[in-house]
Parts: sequence; structure tokens; C-alpha cells
Amino acid sequence: MRKIGVFVCHCGINIAGTVDVKAVVDLLKDYPGVAYIQDYKYMCSDPGQNLIKTKIKELNLDGVVVAACSPTLHEATFRGASESVGLNPYRTEIANIREQCSWVHHDKAAATAKAQLIIKAAIEKVKLDEELQPVKVPITRRAMVIGGGIAGIQAALSIANSGYEVVLVERQSSIGGHMAQLSETFPTLDCSQCILTPKMVEVAQHHKIKLLAYATVEDVSGFVGNFKVKIKQKARYVDWDKCTGCGICMEKCPVKVPSEFDEELANRKAIYTPFPQAVPNKPVLDSAHCTYFKTGKCQICKKLCPFDAIDYTQTDTFIEEDVGAIVVATGYELYSLKSLPEYGGGKIVDVIDGLTFERILSASGPYGGIVRRPSDGQVPREVVFIKCVGSRDPENHFPYCSKVCCMYTTKHAMLYKHRVPEGQAYVFYMDVRADGKGYEEFYQRAATEDQVVYLRGKVAKLYRENGKVVVTGIDTLSNRMIEIKADLVVLASAIRPAAGITELAKLLKIGIDQNGFLTEAHPKLRPVESLTAGVYLAGCAQAPRDIPDAVAQAAGAAAMVTTLFARDYLYHEPIIAGVNTDLCSGCGICVGVCPYAARSLNRSKGVVEVNEILCEGCGACVAACPSGAAQQKNLTDEQIHQMIKAILT
Amino acid sequence: MAEKIILTHQKINGPDAEVIHEISGVNVFACYQCGNCSATCPAVDFMDIPPHQIMRNLQLGLVNEVLNTKTPWICLACLSCSVKCPRSLDIARVMEGCRNLILRRKYEYFNIHTLDSETRLKLPPIALIANFRKNLL
Repeated sequence: MRKIGVFVCHCGINIAGTVDVKAVVDLLKDYPGVAYIQDYKYMCSDPGQNLIKTKIKELNLDGVVVAACSPTLHEATFRGASESVGLNPYRTEIANIREQCSWVHHDKAAATAKAQLIIKAAIEKVKLDEELQPVKVPITRRAMVIGGGIAGIQAALSIANSGYEVVLVERQSSIGGHMAQLSETFPTLDCSQCILTPKMVEVAQHHKIKLLAYATVEDVSGFVGNFKVKIKQKARYVDWDKCTGCGICMEKCPVKVPSEFDEELANRKAIYTPFPQAVPNKPVLDSAHCTYFKTGKCQICKKLCPFDAIDYTQTDTFIEEDVGAIVVATGYELYSLKSLPEYGGGKIVDVIDGLTFERILSASGPYGGIVRRPSDGQVPREVVFIKCVGSRDPENHFPYCSKVCCMYTTKHAMLYKHRVPEGQAYVFYMDVRADGKGYEEFYQRAATEDQVVYLRGKVAKLYRENGKVVVTGIDTLSNRMIEIKADLVVLASAIRPAAGITELAKLLKIGIDQNGFLTEAHPKLRPVESLTAGVYLAGCAQAPRDIPDAVAQAAGAAAMVTTLFARDYLYHEPIIAGVNTDLCSGCGICVGVCPYAARSLNRSKGVVEVNEILCEGCGACVAACPSGAAQQKNLTDEQIHQMIKAILT
Repeated sequence: MAEKIILTHQKINGPDAEVIHEISGVNVFACYQCGNCSATCPAVDFMDIPPHQIMRNLQLGLVNEVLNTKTPWICLACLSCSVKCPRSLDIARVMEGCRNLILRRKYEYFNIHTLDSETRLKLPPIALIANFRKNLL
């Protein structure tokens, strides 16, 4: 017979107000197995815990029941107290007499009787509790970062600089992301490429970073510390081992394709690098546009390549990487103008989005930094910027604020005035949200020094007329209707998560919120973690954010990864469902019902085996098993029968 | 509702706006329409549009509309607005700029010599001085 100590908590009047604690103690002091029973005002307090510890040692108790609040609150506290004096923590059980008894009843006599039964059941459970040890899990100290924009670059560098290997997966042929497209960055106006490219080069040169460019994640299996990721390396048709990036192929290729990097304002070739500072600076061949792939003729690139690097026979290949943690930094895309019929639906050439204007402003852009409008190359004299396009519009588009538009529109208006001093910039806005360091000053500078006219109101319509775009809105500050015959209109369209995020989230078993962004584990206290252990979030994949925030979050995610890697082992809860091999008939029913893929049928032995690390102890297999071979540890059928018996008799 | 405004860069940076800027030394674009000037103005109840609306209209290049309001003449030049402005804009000086521009344009010009001497004697001296000022400009 076990020697069980029972400790009944008053929880001030939370329990004692409805349950007669003294009476419970009196009723249970002679219950079989109870070697000691005591009540105390606050069992979770230090004196309360010390009472438990002292009695375990003094009376050599081999089981403890604490009748108190929900196990979600203090189970860990009491198990820790037991463990500190040598009692296996899994022989300490909580009888919840607060949430499931005192808080939900008014009748003191009935509540007291019920509390007594709950405690009796817990005593019966402890009698059959085994000593369990946490499942020890090794950690692969190697991380994967998905997405090579500024957030992914920062996460990869921070982890790599902590001494751990990183696999950086980027679906484009170069890292850099949208930041590489930007002209200058608010609020300091440093050139975006100038501050980004050193980091890109650091990634390329870092001996701890394995860069997989032009590659996508196809499958993810495993669990924290032990992920297996299948990656598709898309066919580049260029042997990057031989290629030196000399660029002859790009120069001579006769096929012109609208450049994605230049937002289709300029052309690239069918064999190309997206921009001159690309990392890796090696071209890929776009087989959808290549003449050879379409007609079987041409091969100019192959003939001219001095290093024989062109290989038309290349196919997609698959790589498997073992990693212990994954950082998702897949970034954003702009809401398509096609989805905005109220602003021309993308059909008016001189109505463009913010990224297109970045390329127009960029010194390395299609117009060499001279502000021209796309339709006729004229320098625009009246430029209208419209904010909250698709954002803050729950009825028609998206309810959230895209966060970066206030500042980049301010920057756009300012840079436009710097390039075209005789021109006029107008900004239609609903609010100006300048909440970062130096942002408000930046906004005031645009208004004061560059005389940007801020018009408070949403533009209701715009249309083409005589080579101009007529913009009609209201200025609610003066209560006047406004009409501007603009040469160019720039829309600050909503930030959307990058395409493919839903599929990737499914592979990683992480959540997506109502707007399509990845869900963090806690909006305030766990902002860089997903709900799946070992998967972390950085940058715009989680919510719209600017460069400083994305970098800070990426560094935070990297710190979480290195914290994980600093441990020798991970420990997994041992309350899992095992298999009694004597009873198991190998029917395999449990394999199908397991939601965690923890069970597999060993055909040679004719029994089911359990991966203890994957098992989360949900009990689905226990309920499904026809022979009773699947048994949850410390929650066996026998224990549950005894608990019911204690309550009913 | 007041007439629709057709905004152009010529209108916003027009010569009249430049004159007010020259006289007052105030960059009206620095105003962020907090409304503190109007809130603190002791004469605002008597004005047809409050001081912050004068600033807003000047930002939109509506100089003529501003000059046709009574507000610059109601202004007491007490400087409360200038003291309270968080952007340290001297709104009282903008009012003075408006008054000067009105005078230069000889709106409501009145030749004192058309009055008979008896009426002239009944006028308060300040009215005469104000009229001389108008004539001088």
C-alpha cells in the first residue's frame, strides 16, 4: 500500500468559502492509503510547499495529492516541490477542487461532498501512478531560415554569428528581397542598396551559412530540434560551379522579358540576374521565355559561355536538410492594383504602386533616378499620393493598417520634390501614423521644407483625361472638394503576405490569422514564436512592418533559436500512450487515428510502435484500440476505473 | 458647400502666397492644423473663419478667399496664437500679412476727401489714421 500525503488548500476563501476544508480533512483522514492529511491557507506559498516537502521526507511518502486549483496553474509548482525532495514528480497529482468545485457551486454541503470525492479519485490515481522520466530528445544544432529578404538575412547572420550552421532558402535567384528594390529608406534617407548589399555579401561569404537560392520548401517533417526539410532546387540551366558570373550570356541573349525586379518598367533577358549586386551573382535561365526551350533553336548563351556552364538538361532536384529550428521570413507583396477597380484596376499606366515608384526613384532604376512617368517618359509636375489603398477598408479590402505606407509615402513625396523642385506633391491621407524613432520629425520635414500638401480625405475616384489623371477627393480639414489634374498617381497599396504562405504554413503546422499573416504564439509576450515549437517568425510574414522592426524581430527570432540550441537536450512530457505488445494484434487502427504521426506498424513484429517524441498524449489511440493494448501512461484504463469506483462508492 | 478647389502647383506657389510669406516670414506649410491658435483666440467668436482655417486656406493656395474674410480685421494682434503655436509659427504676423495685402490691393478703398468736413470731424481719430495708412499704400 502506498503512503500518500494529501494537502488541501483553502486558497483564501476561493475554496474555503464554498468547501468546508476542515470537514474534508476529517472525512478523509482514515481513507485507505492516506498516511498524512493537512489543510493550509495557501498551499502554493513557500510555507505551503515546505509543508509538502517536510512531510514527504519525514514520513517517507511515495505519493502526493494536492487538492487546490487547476493543474494548468500549479501542477508544475507542486511537482517541482516533490522532485526537490526526491519524489518522482509524476507521483504528485492535483485534485482540482476550485475551478471544478468551489467556483461553480453555492451549496456548501454539496460542494464539500464533491470535493471529498474529487480528492478520493486523485488518491486512487496516485496509487497506480508509475515513476516516469521525461523523454530526452537530442537537438540538431542547425537552423533553417526560409526567405532571404532583410528579415531572413538578419536572422541567418545572427544565428550564424552565434556559431551555428544556417541553411538559408530563397525562392528567387538572389537574396535581398524587396529591400533591394527600394531607392532610399526613411527616415534617414540612406540608400537602400548601400546598406543592404554589405549584409548580402556577408551572407555569401559566411562559412556557417549554406545559401540555397532559387529553391523552395516542399515538405517538412519531424519536430522541434529534429526537423527534416525537403527542398526543391529549381533547375537553373546554369552550372553555378562552373559559372563565374561574367555576364556574357545575359548581354548576348536576344530575348527580352519585362523585369520583375524593375516592376516591369524595364526588360531583363531570358537568362538573367535580377540586379547587378545579386547574391549569388550568377544567372538563371527562364525556360518559359527562352527561345531554345520554345523552338529548339538559338543556344547563343551556350555557344558564348567561356566556361561551358550552360546546361539545358538540368532538372529540378531535391535536397533534404536536417535542422533543429526554422525561422519563417517569407515577407510580403503589394496588393495588386488589379484588385482596386476604384483606382483604375491597374489599367491606367500612370497610376502605379509604391514599389514601382521606388524603382522610378532609384538611381539604379529604369530611368536612372530621373523621375519620369511610365506612359510617355515626361517628368511629372503634379504628383498625387494616395494612402490607405486597400488598407483600413474592412468593407471592400482589408481591415488592418499596413504600417509602412505613411512613412514611405512621406519619403516618396520628399524625394520627388528633391528631384523635381518645381513640381508639387499632394498626399491624400486618413491619418498620418509616424510612430517610429525620427518618423514624426521626418513627416514634419516633408510638409515644412518640401511643402508637400497633405489633404485629409480618401480619394473617391480617378480617371484619365487628356493625358492626365483627374483625382477627386475631399479635404475634411477645409471641408472642400478637391480636384487635381495629376501627371502621376502613386498608390500606397496594402501589404499582403507573400504568395504561397498558406501552403508553407500547412507544411510547418503553424497558424494563419484572418488576414493571411502568420500567427504568433502570443501577441505581446511571444511575438517571434509560432505555436509550433521550434518554428519562429520574422518580418512581414507575421504582420506588416518596416525595416527596423523586421530586423529587430529577426534578431529576436535568432535569439530564440540560439536559446534552444544552448540546451544539451530537449525534454518531452512522458505522459504518452505506449503499447502493451502482449495485447497488440497489429491491427493498425491506432496508426490511422494518431494526429501526430507518432504510431507506425512494425509488420515483421506484428505490433505497433510509438515514437515517444512525436506522441503528444492526446489519447486518441487509447480510445480507438479494440484490445486495450494502447495505454496512456499514468492514465491507464485501470486507473480510470479505480477513480470512477472511488467516486461512485 | 463651398466651391470645389482645383489644385495646381501654380496656385499653391502663387505670387500672392509668396507676398504673405515675405511679409510674415511664416512658412504656412509647417502648420499641421492642430487648431491651438483658434482655441486660444479671444476674438474667434467674431471671426467669419477661425485662424487655423486661414492657415489651411493659405496651404491650399486660396489667398483670395482669405483676403475676402473679415478675420484679419477682427484679429486683435494680441499674439496669443503665436505664443501657443506648437510649431512656433507667428500666426499674428500672417494676419498682418493678410491685412497688408488687402490694403495693397485697395479693397474697400475709401477716399476720405469725399466726406464733408462736418462728418470728418465726427470720425474717431483712429479711423482717420487707418485711412491715411490705406492711402499711403
